[in-house]
Amino acid sequence: MSEPILKISDLKVNYGGIEAVKGISFDVPEGEIVTLIGSNGAGKSSTLRTIAGLVKPAGGTISLQGEDITGKDPTAIVTKGVTLVPEGRRIFPDMTVLENLKIGAYLRKDDLTDDLNWVFELFPRLKERSWQAGGTLSGGEQQMLAVGRALMSRPRVLMMDEPSLGLAPLVVRDIFGIIQEINKQGVTILLIEQNANMALKIADIGYVLETGRITLTGTGSELLANDAVKEAYLGA
Amino acid sequence: MTAFLQNCLNGLSIGSIYALIAIGYTMVYGILRLINFAHGDIFMMAGYFMIICMTDLLIPWYISIILVIVFTVLLGVIIEKVAYKPLRSAPRMSVMISAIGVSYFLQNFATYLFSAQPKGYPAAEMGFLSKTVQLGSISTMLVTFITPILTVLIVVGLVALIKKTKVGMAMRAVSRDFETARLMGIRINRVISFTFAIGCGLAAIGSVLYFIPRSSVYPLAGSLPGLKCFVAAVFGGIGSIPGALVGGFLIGICETFIKASAYSEFSDAITFVILIVVLLVRPTGLFGEKLKEKV
Repeated sequence: MSEPILKISDLKVNYGGIEAVKGISFDVPEGEIVTLIGSNGAGKSSTLRTIAGLVKPAGGTISLQGEDITGKDPTAIVTKGVTLVPEGRRIFPDMTVLENLKIGAYLRKDDLTDDLNWVFELFPRLKERSWQAGGTLSGGEQQMLAVGRALMSRPRVLMMDEPSLGLAPLVVRDIFGIIQEINKQGVTILLIEQNANMALKIADIGYVLETGRITLTGTGSELLANDAVKEAYLGA
Repeated sequence: MTAFLQNCLNGLSIGSIYALIAIGYTMVYGILRLINFAHGDIFMMAGYFMIICMTDLLIPWYISIILVIVFTVLLGVIIEKVAYKPLRSAPRMSVMISAIGVSYFLQNFATYLFSAQPKGYPAAEMGFLSKTVQLGSISTMLVTFITPILTVLIVVGLVALIKKTKVGMAMRAVSRDFETARLMGIRINRVISFTFAIGCGLAAIGSVLYFIPRSSVYPLAGSLPGLKCFVAAVFGGIGSIPGALVGGFLIGICETFIKASAYSEFSDAITFVILIVVLLVRPTGLFGEKLKEKV
């Protein structure tokens, strides 16, 4: 296997005086879907937020294709091609759908037409509503907008924090279908989910995170079949 | 009739100056949720900058105006970096107290540098601005006439900047959600500095327009106008630029008419009565956004 696009080594994150992530290491190989699963407070969000540059790590390194990006600010991280779709979608409700997409490409100075068309192709619903204010969209549409907005930065690695949160099961299926589609088009995906069942079904590699440590690793199907995972996360 | 027209013009003129300053309050509030209590004192400092440029350094007025804008913008941006930025993640109350501190600091600093005695504003040397013009039966300084027009042009430009440009989009994003704005790659500190720069630039322009017909500056000269402009911003709905414009005009016109009436002593008091009534009837002001539940 070649050099992973994203390599996390011994990452430690403190959050409000608590050690939320206690030295985890994992690889994200290029072109794959990698998922971190785990319950609330396991340190999943902290991990993604640290990679995105929102939080400074207390220790460890993050490297992108061999380049050390530990502790860089979000502007640098986005420029290098790593983009986070935040938990709870966090679209800009007063801006139109089109403006939301354009702000996703804030750091780019080139022509956006092709990428807008690409996003509208992935999410035809956004095209119909491009003049509507983001806040008037349904939850599922807002999630699509959040993903589309992130894609506008032309990421090499797309990180997603709980994309299924608060969405109806059918909508979740749509979103996961689109995640796979985006992945097929060459974008590496790092996904964190409480909906472990859905996440492991589409993932090439899964990591189980418990109270700040990685406790299990395997391919998606291996973890789906694992008894401990079944008991703890799949409700079987 | 003449008196009525004269009052309308004066009211419109002082109202537009209030609007320019109120926009500074409203923009900073929009982005930082901070009432910048030092804003009126920045306006006062701009008055002294003009005196330094013209009276002490003998720079011609048209260059002085540009220098005043530059120095006022610098002052505002430095204040933000020193007094507000370190408190970015502190509770809002701490930042507000810091703003009150800056306000007193500027007043005392001005007293220390320039003494508490009013200093003459070099209005007479300001070229055509201080010329008296005769319009039918009304006679007024040209600056009184130019002020409302200039203000409306500035506001139109500003709204276009915020609605149509990339930096305007970034300002709207930052005012909505710091963290998500950062995830878009926006450098929020730059956007905040830019917002302060615009607010202080407008305060500098307002200061020139305000002091020409009033002819002297003293260390507390910014305190009451600052407070009134804050009222104007709240009146129009804090966070809204058109609101600040309308609020500024209304307060300016009300004040001018009351000053011309038999109750002139109450003109400042009535400004605050208006504020109280507005807050009782429409707590978010004329154009303020309705408080939405966070979903």
